Amino acid sequence: MELTQHTSHAYNHELEVVRTHVLQMGGLVEEQLSNAVKALLEQDSELGAEVARNDYKVNKLEVAIDEECARIIARRQPTAVDLRLILTIIKSITDLERIGDEAEKIGRYAAEASESLDTNLTLALRHLCEHVKVMLRDTLDAFARVDDARAMQVAETDLQIDREFEAIYRQLITLMMEDPRNIKQSLSVVWCARALERIGDHCCNICEYVVYLVNGKDVRHTSREEVKAVLANNTTKKLPQS
Amino acid sequence: MSTITSLNPMLDAMSRAESRDEFSAAITHTVGNPLLDDPKYKTRSVNVFYAGGKQAIFDVDLDIGRNEVIAMIGPSGCGKSTYLRCLNRMNDTIPDAKVTGELLLDGADIYSKELDPVLLRARVGMVFQKPNPFPKSIYDNVAYGPRLHGLAKNRAELDEIVEESLKKAGLFKEVKDRLNSPGTGLSGGQQQRLCIARTIAVSPEVILMDEPTSALDPIATATIEELIEELRQSFTICIVTHSMQQAARISQRTAYFHLGKLVEVNDTNTLFTNPEHQLTENYITGRFG
Repeated sequence: MELTQHTSHAYNHELEVVRTHVLQMGGLVEEQLSNAVKALLEQDSELGAEVARNDYKVNKLEVAIDEECARIIARRQPTAVDLRLILTIIKSITDLERIGDEAEKIGRYAAEASESLDTNLTLALRHLCEHVKVMLRDTLDAFARVDDARAMQVAETDLQIDREFEAIYRQLITLMMEDPRNIKQSLSVVWCARALERIGDHCCNICEYVVYLVNGKDVRHTSREEVKAVLANNTTKKLPQS
Repeated sequence: MSTITSLNPMLDAMSRAESRDEFSAAITHTVGNPLLDDPKYKTRSVNVFYAGGKQAIFDVDLDIGRNEVIAMIGPSGCGKSTYLRCLNRMNDTIPDAKVTGELLLDGADIYSKELDPVLLRARVGMVFQKPNPFPKSIYDNVAYGPRLHGLAKNRAELDEIVEESLKKAGLFKEVKDRLNSPGTGLSGGQQQRLCIARTIAVSPEVILMDEPTSALDPIATATIEELIEELRQSFTICIVTHSMQQAARISQRTAYFHLGKLVEVNDTNTLFTNPEHQLTENYITGRFG
């Protein structure tokens, strides 16, 4: 799918610019997440505080991109793939902003944490962090490449993340039962793990928007089989076999 | 950014085409839902040739439903007006124009020898791009058709038809005190509504509109569009328009023509959010002129 090639070069340019800004926002959110995770695992409270401080940058980009989209709708009345692109962007940046908020939460916890974590727990957390980082990167990649099949593959990795979150949750319960002095720290860790798990969900949403962008089919709240049917029917857009 | 390369013969043929003719030949069939159950108009394999054997439209199969607004869109010269003009035999007036194929209105062939085109045009009214009131009074403009076809027995009945038509066209309030002043003295939007009143005065079944608002300002356009929505309750309306937003606003189905071929017909919501055909998408998103 070519998103440019309009007769109006100005329109091409506007769409290109807004897309670039979404990718910039994605890059920024990725960096925020990466720093938050580093701060959490390495007990770098300075870095954690910096992540919390920088969240405003993500918010500012969200507002700016929303404004650009409103302007394009008002001036260009986008249709078909252009309309779907704008809708996808408006929805995706909401999820990106939330991912930014989750990173901020993790950063804030890392800034305040003083005790070092249990070794097993660190290992499990590190795993989860890595998975979530990869998922976010792949999500942004699928968006940048406008690749619906890739997007659905990425969305499926969310199941793995949910499982890892549950494993950490169980580990924390055990820790708390062993010694009530662990409760304070464990609760904080569970919030961080929960934030990571939520980031997976937001990535999943963005992947679903990418499928909508390419196929025009809304696959939210549908079964995996239905999604697969959509992809199978619609990948060789646009002309049916004669 | 990736380009989705199609494994599709039709698209490949289009990308290879070097001339307009080759490109046109590559459009092999209509996608979407051109056919309906129990349509008002049923048209099959419609071809139109102008003088010198130049073919204007190619094998159009299209059904037009009852009480629906169908919009025809496409670049200039794509055949949408030509197709529209086939529906009430307006092409008969063009020397050397030849229409072939099957055009059925309520199942009856409108090109049959027995059928009187004048009666057909009473059943299938037409509104043109430029308002063209007769150089007569507002009253006489609307009364012209009913008089011609003998629809009113006396003056009182004729008065009633005129009033009713002007009301339906949303013009009565504005002109009720000056029915005897010339129709040409009205504003552009009012003139166009007068032409619509004149069209509906003979109780047609179908109204064809060829860019009815392209000469009007946005307010007059909005009035006409509102009117079209109301008229849909009683008539079938086919509208040719260059404004895609207008097609999106007022029609239930949209047909996209390109180089004389009917490329895609779909319900309007689908066509403007997720068209099936790449050419439709290119046109409605402004990717070529």
